[in-house]
Amino acid sequence: MSQYILRRLMIAIPSLLGISLVLFVVLALAPGDPFGELATNPNVPPEVQAALRAKFGLDDPIYLRYLHWLAAMAQGDWGFSFVSRMNVDTLILQRLPTTLYVIGSAQLLALAIAIPVGVYAATRPYSIFDQIANTFAFIGFSLPTFFTGILFILIFSVKLDWLPFVYSTDIKATGIAWALEMIRQAIMPVMVLGLFQAASMTRFVRSAMLDVIRLDYVTTARAKGLGQAKVIVKHVMRNAMIPVVTLIALQMPAVFGGAIVTEQIFRIPGIGSLLISSILANDTPVVMAVTFVFACLVVLFNLIADVLYGWLDPRISFR
Amino acid sequence: MALLDIKGLKTHFTTDDGILQAVDGVDISINRGETLCVVGESGCGKTVTAMSILKLIAMPPGKIVAGEIIFEGRDLVPLSSSELDDIRAKEIGFIFQEPMTSLNPVLTIGEQIAESLRRHEAVTKKQALERTIEMLKLVQIPNAAGRVHHYPHQFSGGMRQRVMIAMALACRPKLVIADEPTTALDVTIQAQILDLLQDMKERFGMAVMLITHAMGVVAETAQRVVVMYAGKVVEEAPVDELFGNPRHPYTQGLIRSIPRIDLDAEHKTRLEAIGGSVPILINPTPGCRFAPRCKHAMSICAEREPRLREIAPGHRIACHLGDAQ
Repeated sequence: MSQYILRRLMIAIPSLLGISLVLFVVLALAPGDPFGELATNPNVPPEVQAALRAKFGLDDPIYLRYLHWLAAMAQGDWGFSFVSRMNVDTLILQRLPTTLYVIGSAQLLALAIAIPVGVYAATRPYSIFDQIANTFAFIGFSLPTFFTGILFILIFSVKLDWLPFVYSTDIKATGIAWALEMIRQAIMPVMVLGLFQAASMTRFVRSAMLDVIRLDYVTTARAKGLGQAKVIVKHVMRNAMIPVVTLIALQMPAVFGGAIVTEQIFRIPGIGSLLISSILANDTPVVMAVTFVFACLVVLFNLIADVLYGWLDPRISFR
Repeated sequence: MALLDIKGLKTHFTTDDGILQAVDGVDISINRGETLCVVGESGCGKTVTAMSILKLIAMPPGKIVAGEIIFEGRDLVPLSSSELDDIRAKEIGFIFQEPMTSLNPVLTIGEQIAESLRRHEAVTKKQALERTIEMLKLVQIPNAAGRVHHYPHQFSGGMRQRVMIAMALACRPKLVIADEPTTALDVTIQAQILDLLQDMKERFGMAVMLITHAMGVVAETAQRVVVMYAGKVVEEAPVDELFGNPRHPYTQGLIRSIPRIDLDAEHKTRLEAIGGSVPILINPTPGCRFAPRCKHAMSICAEREPRLREIAPGHRIACHLGDAQ
């Protein structure tokens, strides 16, 4: 098992290298660079500009610049953000916990809704409960998060004034009051992301359950007199969760992508809004680092999916 | 008193095209300790009849619309699924057709046998495991103590069917329903499984309802035989009587369609098949359901449905032909 994980991590290295190369080349080809605004600043003489560019190696050929970046990265030097005037790794570490907090809570909310609703709907297909669940699921994944986000802000912040609509990282409170405020301001973004995720997950859980529920071994389990609840949980769910786990893990990149939009709407100072602002500011080292972190997360979740898959399904062995 | 007495059972399915009368007035009784074979071609309602006994058919679309299923003096039809749970596996065990798909792939076979014991008997986890290993030994699985922790995919088809038998017999039921237990297996394994079933039956003294479409299996194992056609019983007789003196044209056809390796070489006869195919059981025409395929069909056959009646002790047929004779 640990050998399998180790080998998978080794395999991840070339793919991450490939991803970083593509990212680097695309960013290098894109117009603008960290010193782009220096050119428009009349206070900086052209000689100084040229000297700075030469110092940071910006006029070197792409492959040299990539190798420089790679060498620095390998030594733990993520670069320097000229816009924020701080190291990129500090910047990312500042932002990442907020994103993980919001996305993690949203995923937990989605699972907490999707699994019971999907399972119950599958045990009574075409019942009233199933119809209602289906309707809500369709509405849920038809509405984009930028729409529901603004709708939530209009209802819960503007009209009812229950929840804050700007996410703040420096809450002036301590202890329980701080924790409560953290929860309160996360409610809307978590709901928006979580419900959107829950909608498609519910559909998937339901159909995975329906696929399993009519299989022969479920009839075998019923013939043992185990009772509906035990048959559903032990025999049907245990098998239906295998594809669901894969789907959830493989959906994680899309979840991070969706979070970028949500972070913009609610002004959450997470890694997604960092990406947007650094793209707008031509802050290339940050853009490179954030996209690379996303790539690492995607590779990581794929690995988690594979490990969970093998753990859930004894027919798959780690070799 | 019979152990199980099915009277006038009708199980219908709601489909998009109308009501499918899969089982339409079936009478079958099984005595304690006997082997009863139910034969008939695919789609004649054998499996639905068997599944109806423990309400294992999907409901909806299936529904038992009429009839009684008396097991040890108690009618099972009005019972709810949770009431039936006390009878399932404990009183009536079930062996399914497809050993490859009838075992849960993510649970060990030991767990799947033991869960039935733990549901119906007051045993500890350890006792259940010991009983499970004992059952695996009885069904002749080599290295039972080690194999008990293996998953279904680590077993061959024949071995899986042995596991299914161990599972069905774990709680010592009084009746075992085996739904084509050998159909999915190759011929050499088929004989082994039938022998094992016979052996278990003698050891535990249970009754066996063996559903099959192989006449050879019937001749080898049954004491009594029920022949079904299109959702109805057409003939019922002790096994020797049925093979020696089949009275219903359908039964005669079934027996003639058994390949005989000893005769073919000398006589070069063609293997006889019953022409036509099983009728679709949505809005069936009145009269005898076999009439369109019957060589002896008379005008009355299309008009009136023949009733099952006794023509000799223990020998019953549903055919107008007997009336004329």
